[in-house]
Amino acid sequence: MKPFDYARAGSTAEAVRDFGPGTMYLGGGTNLVDLMRLGVAEPERLVDVSRLPLDTIEPVGDRVRIGATVRNTDLAAHPLIRSRYPMLARAVLTGASGQVRNVATVAGNLLQRTRCTYFQDVTRPCNKRRPGSGCPAIAGDHANLAILGTSDACVATHPSDMAVALAALDAQVHVTGPGGDRIIPMPGLHRLPGEEPERDTVLSPGDLITSIELPPAPPGASLYRKVRERASFAFALASIAAVLDVRDGSVAGCRLALGGVAHAPWRAERAERALIGGPATGEAFLQAAEAELEQARPLPRNAFKVPLARNLIVATLEELAP
Amino acid sequence: MNRTEGRVKVTGLATYAAEYPVENVAYAYVVQAQIAKGRVKRVDATSALELPGVLAVLSCEAAPRLAEDADPELALFQSREVAYRGQIVAAVVAETHEIAREAAAHVRVDYDADDHDVSLSSDHPGLYQPEVVNPNFPSDTEKGDVEAGLTAAAAAVDVTYETPVLHNNPMEPHAALALWDTEGRLLVYDTAQGTTGSRALIAGTLGLPEDQVRVVSRHVGGGFGSKGTTRPQAILAALAARMVGRPVKIALTRQQMFDVTGYRTPTIQRLRIGVDAEGRLTALEHVAYEQSSTLVEFAEQTTVPARVMYGAPALRTGHRLVRLDVATPSWMRAPGECPGMYALESAMDELAYAAGLDPVELRVRNDPETEPDSGLPFSSRNLVGCLREGAHRFGWEHRDPEPGVRREGEWLVGTGVASSTYPARRSPCKAVATMQNGGDVLVQVAAADIGTGARTVLRKIAAGTLGLDPERVHVELGDSDLPEAPVAGGSMGTASWGSAVVRACEELLRDGKEGRADTTDEVKADSELARHAFGAQFAEVRVSAVTGEVRVSRLLGVFAAGHIMDAKLARSQFLGGMTMGMGMALMEETLTDEEFGGFLHRDLAQYHVPACADAQHVEAYWLDEQDGELNPMGSKGIGEIGIVGTAAAIGNAVFHATGHRFRDLPITPAKVLTARF
Repeated sequence: MKPFDYARAGSTAEAVRDFGPGTMYLGGGTNLVDLMRLGVAEPERLVDVSRLPLDTIEPVGDRVRIGATVRNTDLAAHPLIRSRYPMLARAVLTGASGQVRNVATVAGNLLQRTRCTYFQDVTRPCNKRRPGSGCPAIAGDHANLAILGTSDACVATHPSDMAVALAALDAQVHVTGPGGDRIIPMPGLHRLPGEEPERDTVLSPGDLITSIELPPAPPGASLYRKVRERASFAFALASIAAVLDVRDGSVAGCRLALGGVAHAPWRAERAERALIGGPATGEAFLQAAEAELEQARPLPRNAFKVPLARNLIVATLEELAP
Repeated sequence: MNRTEGRVKVTGLATYAAEYPVENVAYAYVVQAQIAKGRVKRVDATSALELPGVLAVLSCEAAPRLAEDADPELALFQSREVAYRGQIVAAVVAETHEIAREAAAHVRVDYDADDHDVSLSSDHPGLYQPEVVNPNFPSDTEKGDVEAGLTAAAAAVDVTYETPVLHNNPMEPHAALALWDTEGRLLVYDTAQGTTGSRALIAGTLGLPEDQVRVVSRHVGGGFGSKGTTRPQAILAALAARMVGRPVKIALTRQQMFDVTGYRTPTIQRLRIGVDAEGRLTALEHVAYEQSSTLVEFAEQTTVPARVMYGAPALRTGHRLVRLDVATPSWMRAPGECPGMYALESAMDELAYAAGLDPVELRVRNDPETEPDSGLPFSSRNLVGCLREGAHRFGWEHRDPEPGVRREGEWLVGTGVASSTYPARRSPCKAVATMQNGGDVLVQVAAADIGTGARTVLRKIAAGTLGLDPERVHVELGDSDLPEAPVAGGSMGTASWGSAVVRACEELLRDGKEGRADTTDEVKADSELARHAFGAQFAEVRVSAVTGEVRVSRLLGVFAAGHIMDAKLARSQFLGGMTMGMGMALMEETLTDEEFGGFLHRDLAQYHVPACADAQHVEAYWLDEQDGELNPMGSKGIGEIGIVGTAAAIGNAVFHATGHRFRDLPITPAKVLTARF
């Protein structure tokens, strides 16, 4: 790999101050180091933020704050998360393997990059890696790529499971950076590809995620379900984070986010709107799913994701309905 | 028996090819072709050579000479022609692996690219009939009148099955460490399934006498066939070491392994089988279409098991090959038998449904007296015993044959069966057994332990012959300076090495000090018989009607493989084979890049093999088979039979669960959902 400088930041302020052109932050490194080996990421300088004192999970009033460097394993095992946000714990546990989760960090998880074949191979074109070079996935290997929110420039998916659950929970991402501190609501951190697929998120250079804050869990029952061709250690063909609150047979509240189908965790707002206030029946769930998936732009080899996402929405809501 | 090397393996002390501590070692890293076909116009290594720590760049512009008749896959840098994307066109040698890797990115290769053709089809104009298929079977065979048999059949199937490109992916990557001593002798620590053959190939490729080369492979982290032939890393390490005058080490990355270590050819297989009203086959035709490279003809023996399995008055088998702009396919666990039996055993299942027969019963009724193609008697054949025992253990008698009717919530449940077969061969081998001071015995043979427990089983064989406690027997292997031994491949390692070890130990008993054996004459004198292991595999699957996910809830195999030498080692081998077969059925697939050539799935995040969570209920049993026509141990090989038939058993169970027949592997959620059964 390309030689690089390495520094370990002592504080978030120091990390931001040390950030310059060619710099990248290093968290658990479970994705970035791979990409450096492959020549996909070529930072001149790594600022290691994995040892910053951001590794606690604590209640803040009726909310919960998760530090950016909390390890995925610790997040999934934490009593506050398990008791208040079991869906998040489950989503994290469906991701990667125990070994990877022991090292991977919460902020790094959100900022991991697509596993699209072409993106990971520097000998092939990719608009995300080299803007303007083309997207061979559209005519080639796209079986596991996006059906929603795609552009002619990119059909990559965001690989995180955690992010899907966080999107359904309306998490808030706390960021510090050269322009000061700010809060980005989830969903909204990740972008759709549009004409600039090289930009995964709305973060600016030097922005550093410091924590994730979870509002009180919405009322109702919740579930995270992930579909994959083997039983563990695989990215989602599609996944769903769902919260359903049914009162007197009708839907009082609903949160739906899909994974593995878009460049970002996909909050299924059309389906949510179709459901809220209506009856909690299989027919209503199906109509809501179809309303959401009307916007799908599948390609020949990922067209199965349309019925997959539809089935997943309906089956998950039926499981959650009392 | 516990593995002799268990402790050094789990404590990390076992030394693999790239791990030998050598002073002053340099590191090599390869540069691979970025076109699928054409010529290297120019290699510009200037900026790579300017990087601090870079020692040399090898390419067709600075090529050491190799033997003119070198295997084209090993003839590194001898030609400007590019035969496939990913072919090694240059290599950098540097002080560290990291520098070599970075410098490789600075080597600029310009090409004259030609149009490429990387797609196998059954109507490709380049298809031809190879003279022989691996290792030396005739390509085509025919007896009886197939067309008449099909016409006369009460029920028949005419079906085409497809299997994708598959890759071995052993845990230890392909790696080598080469050193030239002051007398000009070459030592290569190579990850190889055999050192004797590897020494011959390396010496031949470099144009050296064999006694000038030594190959050491003490521990090998799996191979499955990909390390059965010498791969380019060994040649590259040797060339580079000579060029820079220092030991050179190379370990391929997982991505590079997909390009240069061989793969299982994709297949398209057409089967036509007829059956009469009594359930006896009237005709069987099996034709396979497969690919090789423009460099080397490798024709996989896909339809050869159809010559062994079932009795039919008319039997036609054949292979058609096309040479494409792709890497050369090679051995992968049970080449031929594994994909061939997937298609045959799936078609037999279809035939059972077409004829209204139980799939176990159809197989039993067509168990032949003698080997169908050759007419040779079997040394032993207990397929029926395996089917009956497996059916009993699995609870097959409770099976409702109706497909697509059992449902537990969203999960459709089904069961399936398939047969397994693999040849029981042995090859000539030498061994030495020496009495040590203190009464212990040292057994030496150039066998390779690729993770199967070869050391352990050879120790047990020697101890048994000598009447000694195994603790008093020591086995030395994995070194070409030891008595010559055949490759750990074709499920013939234990039979071949074990025969020589038994003979050497018998000689030691007579001599008191030393026993030497060479089984060449003994193997030659083996009577002509059909020698095969058989098995039956039963699968229960659950298919989600919501997501298309297929999970194997039970997999049970019963095998008849002669005398089982060691229950613990054998069970691991069977379970490993069956689990690999599960991967073949449901997830393993390397995509060919039609646009750029080469392969697209090039790591283990994309090329899925079963995880522990997928293999929760895999059981292996065996019949105690007595067969005196095999070798002194009465054993048949078990390295490969476990994977043969597994994919068919699972595919047949998926049909039984869903009522839909999937005829191309792997059976993924995408295919299941698209079928809308």
